[in-house]
Amino acid sequence: MYGNDAAAALGLRPVRRRHWGRWASAVIIVLLLAAVVRAFATGAIEWDVVGEYLTADMILEGLANTAVITAAAMLLGVLVGILIAVLRLSANPVANAVAAGYVWFFRGVPVLLQLLIWYNLALVFPSIGVPGLWEGSTVEVMTPFMATLLGLGLHQSAYTAEIVRGGILAVDRGQTEAALSLALPSGAVFGRIVLPQAMRVIIPPLGNEFISTLKTSSLAAVVTYGELLQSAQLVYYRNNRVIELLIVVAVWYLAVVSVLAIGQYAVERRYGRGFTPTRDASGPGVRGRARGGVRARKTMGSEA
Amino acid sequence: MTTETVLRAVGVTKRFGDLPVLRGIDLTVTAGEVVCLMGPSGSGKSTFLRCVNQLERPDGGYLEVRSELLGWKRRGDTLRELSHREIARQRRGIGMVFQRFNLFPHLTVLQNVTEAPVRTRALPRAEAERTARELLERVGLAEKGNAYPGQLSGGQQQRVAIARSLATRPFLMLFDEPTSALDPELVGEVLAVMRTLAEQGMTMIVVTHEAGFARDVADRIVFMDGGVIVEEGPPARLLSAPSHPRTKDFLARVTAAHGGPPVPSTETARTPDTVDTADTADTAEKGQR
Ligand SMILES: Nc1ncnc2c1ncn2[C@@H]1O[C@H](COP(=O)(O)OP(=O)(O)OP(=O)(O)O)[C@@H](O)[C@H]1O
Ligand SMILES: [Mg+2]
Repeated sequence: MYGNDAAAALGLRPVRRRHWGRWASAVIIVLLLAAVVRAFATGAIEWDVVGEYLTADMILEGLANTAVITAAAMLLGVLVGILIAVLRLSANPVANAVAAGYVWFFRGVPVLLQLLIWYNLALVFPSIGVPGLWEGSTVEVMTPFMATLLGLGLHQSAYTAEIVRGGILAVDRGQTEAALSLALPSGAVFGRIVLPQAMRVIIPPLGNEFISTLKTSSLAAVVTYGELLQSAQLVYYRNNRVIELLIVVAVWYLAVVSVLAIGQYAVERRYGRGFTPTRDASGPGVRGRARGGVRARKTMGSEA
Repeated sequence: MTTETVLRAVGVTKRFGDLPVLRGIDLTVTAGEVVCLMGPSGSGKSTFLRCVNQLERPDGGYLEVRSELLGWKRRGDTLRELSHREIARQRRGIGMVFQRFNLFPHLTVLQNVTEAPVRTRALPRAEAERTARELLERVGLAEKGNAYPGQLSGGQQQRVAIARSLATRPFLMLFDEPTSALDPELVGEVLAVMRTLAEQGMTMIVVTHEAGFARDVADRIVFMDGGVIVEEGPPARLLSAPSHPRTKDFLARVTAAHGGPPVPSTETARTPDTVDTADTADTAEKGQR
């Protein structure tokens, strides 16, 4: 653009620089990609089988279960995570230590192990409940769904707690002080002022955690929860179309991850309100804006 | 004007670790009075204001606002510490304006102003919004209600912050260097709003280095150094004939930093007379975007 303008002003023909390196690397990359695609197209994969099973009842049921357990585990993880983060930041030393211990445990033990422990909880406690209120047999309570929910959700909450804590610490202390000086109740100080601003910092890593939980839910096969991979496995044990069904599963995971990415974008925009146009005028950097104003006026003057 | 005592500080002390920051502050402010708090950096001015608003808790001495003890409640011969809720109630009558504005960046200007009335007094939203619009008009920002703070100039942000504090109907306003973060050309519009507020009879404690403002608006200047009040008196005397050497020293430096001649400066010439002037100049400039 700039070159064209200069050339036009001087009445000359612009000749752009040639990027030989870029051309060469692009050609190599395209060739390699073509080779990979060809390998899969001509390999021993029956693509019409893939197409056929993509919408098979069994697969769709597994997909629905995967979606449900991911959403439920994420919800549990975020709620518990916020609670743990608040405890971690509180002035109460006991709450503090307990929260730190919680994060240490649930982040440290592998998810697969956590799933198995929840699923086999009946070996330790034959019955569970709240004394005097309600009691039930652990085997009945700890269904594959419950075990997966607790396993994935609590593991997730430990990560979420750290993400939320970081987000809260990133909010300027002046925000809390301004809110307090306005006599806002402490609930509103956190819920209306601090948390919404922390969300801006929290959402991007939380989006990653969502995707990670989605994929980790495939481990729930070990506790016989009928999620997507488990359903696909049941199908290929019968028909032996192993690779085709694994491709079906991969396609669905990619599709759901893409939908999540779009959702994340929308949520980021929601919590970015008031921040996006700020970049050039943040804080006392009002100076930049003031100068911009002067520049704008000058330009207008020179045009006139 | 009544002579009701709004604030009474008695022997207030405060230390951060080993550092004594306030070393016995005694100060009484009566209704309608404008007190300018001046003094070198680190002398404890902000800390004192923050004690009045209970963002800090004094180590010794006590503070009373409208004869009510801050942070504590007498019961028989015991002194009981107040709960968060009771502290919030005490803060309700006190507005505070910060050096760095501290507007809520995720809320619009209007939401910034309505947030406190809506949350604290359960005022119906519609009514809170009407009051908020009136306040924004008073600070010359009637059309900025739907803007986000990040879209405003520093001077406009600080005026929104003043409107936000006024929305809780305070009887005492605290200003902690409200113009120090602003470009020189934006200082006037904020001082103009504060001047109008003072004329309307608001009781104000203003920490400032603006000698011109202090001379024109303050009823009394209190000069602090090293955590104590070194000297206080009417601006005419304190600014032109300070008796304490440290006051002299400080005033010489402040006026030098502001580039003006010694005390009777042309400072006032830079500040618009009324809020309206500031407003029209402002909208004319910003309207271009
Ligand atoms: N939270 C804190 N922790 C430790 N020290 C603090 C804290 N707040 C203030 N101080 C110290 O207390 C002293 C007085 O601070 P204060 O902010 O009250 O001074 P000031 O008079 O407002 O100065 P300035 O003009 O620079 O704003 C300074 O030395 C400061 O470093
Ligand atoms: Mg200060």
